[in-house]
Amino acid sequence: MRVVGIETEYGIVDPAEPRANPILLSSRLVTACRAWAGERTSRWDYGGEDPLQDQRGFRRSRLGASADLLTDSAEYDAAAGRVTLRRRRGSWEDPAHLNAVLANGARFYVDHAHPEYSGPEVTGARDAVIWDRAGDAIALAAATRYAEDEDGEVHLYKNNVDGKGASYGTHENFLVARAVAFDDLARRLTPHLVTRQVFTGAGRVGLGQFGEEPGFQLSQRADYMEAEVGLETTLRRPIVNTRDEPHATRDKYRRLHVIIGDANLFDVATYLKIGTTSLVLAAIEAQDERLDELELAHPVEAVQEVSRDVSLRRRIVLASGEAATALELQRALLEICRTYAADAGDAAVLARWEGVLERLGADLFSAAREVEWVAKLQLLGRLRSRHVSEDHPDGLPWDDARLAAADLQWSRLGDGWATRLAQAGQVERLATEDEVAAAAITAPQDTRARLRGGIVSARPDLVDAAGWSTVVLDRETDHGHLEVVHLDEPGAARHPLLDALIDG
Amino acid sequence: MAQLNAQGQPYEDDAPEPEAPAPAAAATASSDALDDLLAEIDGSLQVNAEQFVRSFVQKGGQ
Repeated sequence: MRVVGIETEYGIVDPAEPRANPILLSSRLVTACRAWAGERTSRWDYGGEDPLQDQRGFRRSRLGASADLLTDSAEYDAAAGRVTLRRRRGSWEDPAHLNAVLANGARFYVDHAHPEYSGPEVTGARDAVIWDRAGDAIALAAATRYAEDEDGEVHLYKNNVDGKGASYGTHENFLVARAVAFDDLARRLTPHLVTRQVFTGAGRVGLGQFGEEPGFQLSQRADYMEAEVGLETTLRRPIVNTRDEPHATRDKYRRLHVIIGDANLFDVATYLKIGTTSLVLAAIEAQDERLDELELAHPVEAVQEVSRDVSLRRRIVLASGEAATALELQRALLEICRTYAADAGDAAVLARWEGVLERLGADLFSAAREVEWVAKLQLLGRLRSRHVSEDHPDGLPWDDARLAAADLQWSRLGDGWATRLAQAGQVERLATEDEVAAAAITAPQDTRARLRGGIVSARPDLVDAAGWSTVVLDRETDHGHLEVVHLDEPGAARHPLLDALIDG
Repeated sequence: MAQLNAQGQPYEDDAPEPEAPAPAAAATASSDALDDLLAEIDGSLQVNAEQFVRSFVQKGGQ
């Protein structure tokens, strides 16, 4: 089972004061989130400045570390989980209150000028859906608390563009075997990232980074992808991001950071986004050369071609000189991935993938309960046709402000049109409200998030800070130092020291 | 997958001019459940759509 996770930057607005400082609003929202959590939260472990706990600390071999940094008593089983000591160096306060590590293993914090929910590590596409929706529930609960505690309120939007040039991301993270050469990974994954928009797109009114051309397109992010491969995430954004920050044993894993995706409010969209990409990665790890036939001639241009083709019939030119539609390329990827279904979860992803491609190819609107951009196009199409006139025989033109407003309001947490559509029974759900509510306060049980969330929930008094691969304990000891518990194996949900504390 | 002609373009008969689905097609699916919601959206947008769009300004993120 592949370990994956989703990060969402939400749009944030004070409806009474549209020009309010978004960093301040976001920081107050994190404070409200901490209050909602009943202070069962932890600070973020930034680490990095002290050689005793630097990331290099867990890259360095145990033999290379000086003995006084390691706790060698039998209590600390080096094979099951390493613990090092960190000198106390005064306050590690995060005075701006920019972070909260939560009982469900997530990090809720201020990233740039947005509140961000970085979901806990999960295995499988369905769990990704559950803990992604848990993030929306947490953000909404924090906003409710904000309205109680602060003078004013904030509205949160799960989208990726403001229509004035700004874009903010929804990133997917996939644990990938380090043995895969990065060039092969990028080359073989790109055709999937370009064409999966047909079911991952959230839909967008307006074409171009500023929405300067009237129209509707499949994807929120397409117009912001300007390079094939690169390190940047805030400008000249690449289809495949090269950030090499595995948050795990470096010689064993990569963390593939995918920034091309849209924020999704539809379960099936999130499910397929994670599930199909994970299967394509399995094919890449197996060095399946069938993928090479799907290489695109001009990937960056193709992102926009696919996004702007609501007919789904436009052909994209391949490196081989052939051409194929996005749906044809997706069907080819599906066939390749059949080889790599490892369990019932993968089989379910394949079945859904096949069904959605069939429905998109046969009758677009038959996929409206599953594919977000199709549902948005359907709703806006009917809104347009309510205003047919002599001047506008097609109804509202795409540059009418009402369509732009409805597009933005679609993604508002709590009462947005997508949520209202779901409440009207028009959106297929893969997780129940009960599962989502439980996931807002409970971590996944089959990854290291269980340890992070478990200790924050059970003994927040003992936690100095926590990060993706560390939990820093502050408790009475003979040595008097902070103890850094290293969680370098993302799929390891047990640790002798933390288990003892969690189980009390 | 279609072959390309000498100019690197798909053959005309392979690639019919893509057409956007007509909004009318949307009306065939699940119409009744949407009607109330559509009326509400339409009503709310008569008032403040332009101002709402203008005031939705975000800073760029990742």
